[in-house]
Amino acid sequence: MAALINVPAKARRGDIIELRTLTSHIMETGFRHTADGKLVPRDIITSFICRYNGAEIFRADLFPAIAANPYLSFFTVARESGTFEFEWVGDNGYSSTASAVITVE
Amino acid sequence: MIPRMIPWRAIAIAALLAGAATALLAGDIPPEARRSGYTFMGLDTRAMQDDDTSNPGMLFVLDGEALWAKKFGSIGKACADCHGEARSSMKGVAARYPAFDKALGRPVTLDQRINLCRANHQQATPLPYESRDLLALSAFIAHQSRGAPITAGDDPQAKPFIAQGRALYMQRQGQLNLACTNCHDDNFDKRLAGAPITQGQPTGYPLYRLEWQTMGSLERRLRSCMTGVRAQAYDYGSPELVALALYLMSRARGLPMETPAVRP
Amino acid sequence: MSTTRRHFLRLTGGITAAGTIPIVTLRPLEATPTMLNTAIRDVVGEAQVHTGRVKLDIPPLVENGNTVPITVSVASPMTATDYVKSIHVFNEKNPQPNIGNFHLGPSSGRARVSTRIRLADTQKVVAIARLSDDTFWQVAADVVVTLAACTEEMN
Repeated sequence: MAALINVPAKARRGDIIELRTLTSHIMETGFRHTADGKLVPRDIITSFICRYNGAEIFRADLFPAIAANPYLSFFTVARESGTFEFEWVGDNGYSSTASAVITVE
Repeated sequence: MIPRMIPWRAIAIAALLAGAATALLAGDIPPEARRSGYTFMGLDTRAMQDDDTSNPGMLFVLDGEALWAKKFGSIGKACADCHGEARSSMKGVAARYPAFDKALGRPVTLDQRINLCRANHQQATPLPYESRDLLALSAFIAHQSRGAPITAGDDPQAKPFIAQGRALYMQRQGQLNLACTNCHDDNFDKRLAGAPITQGQPTGYPLYRLEWQTMGSLERRLRSCMTGVRAQAYDYGSPELVALALYLMSRARGLPMETPAVRP
Repeated sequence: MSTTRRHFLRLTGGITAAGTIPIVTLRPLEATPTMLNTAIRDVVGEAQVHTGRVKLDIPPLVENGNTVPITVSVASPMTATDYVKSIHVFNEKNPQPNIGNFHLGPSSGRARVSTRIRLADTQKVVAIARLSDDTFWQVAADVVVTLAACTEEMN
């Protein structure tokens, strides 16, 4: 399933840039019941990590109060050209990754 | 005390209204007053729809783009094998759905058209209503019409079905004994349980509803409205629901498509 | 009039229909202020939590509690020696008090995080920032959650 990544393709060295991610996930809270009274088990993304040329620049612990299809926006300083790697990890062995390339001049 | 209206003035107002609305039936919203549900939303929800990188409906459009090119069925055919580049071949298509199907002799929704294509040209099994794949494909196809004016119902063969849909729209139903028109023609801009009542113009389907926390079809929305008035909802794909969808689209004639819209 | 507005609202609010997954919540689950305080203490320990420096942008009246946009920003120069280490967001009345923990560093450039959250009810949202000198700063906002009419599911 899709993820939407928004990273500027180009930046000047030292620019503060915004990174935005939106990923497909139901984020089932684990607090809901079906009509016949069964608890719907929790199925959420529990953590998100962003790495810039291998170094962690942002990390988030997510809880059931994060809305379905989690959206995150955060900032970093454009230091050098390279790759941003995004990783989402969650319940039931969930894991997905995405990446984006930036040219820093 | 409220003064009684002078009879001649009442007649004059009635005559004015009749004059201004010659082409319209009683209760109809004149074309220039038609408003997308977008205009009833708060700024935060509008912002969510406006920016493609923050619009969760775009996740479905992206999935649909992948499905468009994927080979399905026993003969291994993709949508793209017949229709090519969706950007040109599907432009404006969703704006005229539900559309009259000559072979079936009745209108079909875009979802039904996708499944007819799967059955007749891909020899693939139908995708269930409201399944992620069907919503993704219809979102991707309808997204190619974003900005295009709605023209559904222009086909003369669709007219009797529009009339059927309009009759259903005007008909009181359910334990609350409410017709669609009672809220969406007579009381839009007022509030129900804290939420604004819209005109019910289906400009952005399939759309991402915050309440659903996912994408959903116009049929799903119509069914939840019926549940809201405590009526028995028509089945997905039933002639009644398709006629109602067709009437609503023809009622929204000229408004631009917004797929994937975001609504509260 | 026999059907009052209140009666009507109760009717519409009480509907459980077959959606894609029919779901009902059997009883109201709420985090208590005690749970909120405990969750905050788990993060800040015994440290004093100051008011200020943190800004919480959240609509005061949200259209649907299932998806509420929030932005937390902290007034900080974000230099190697003076920066925001982390931002923690809590709620008062969801079944669980935690919403998210966001870990930043000097390379963040700007201490600002946006996401979308769920709020089960009208309640208070609290954002706390931990700075590089291990001081804690907080802000709270009250949010009114309106209920959608004609919902498929009882929430």
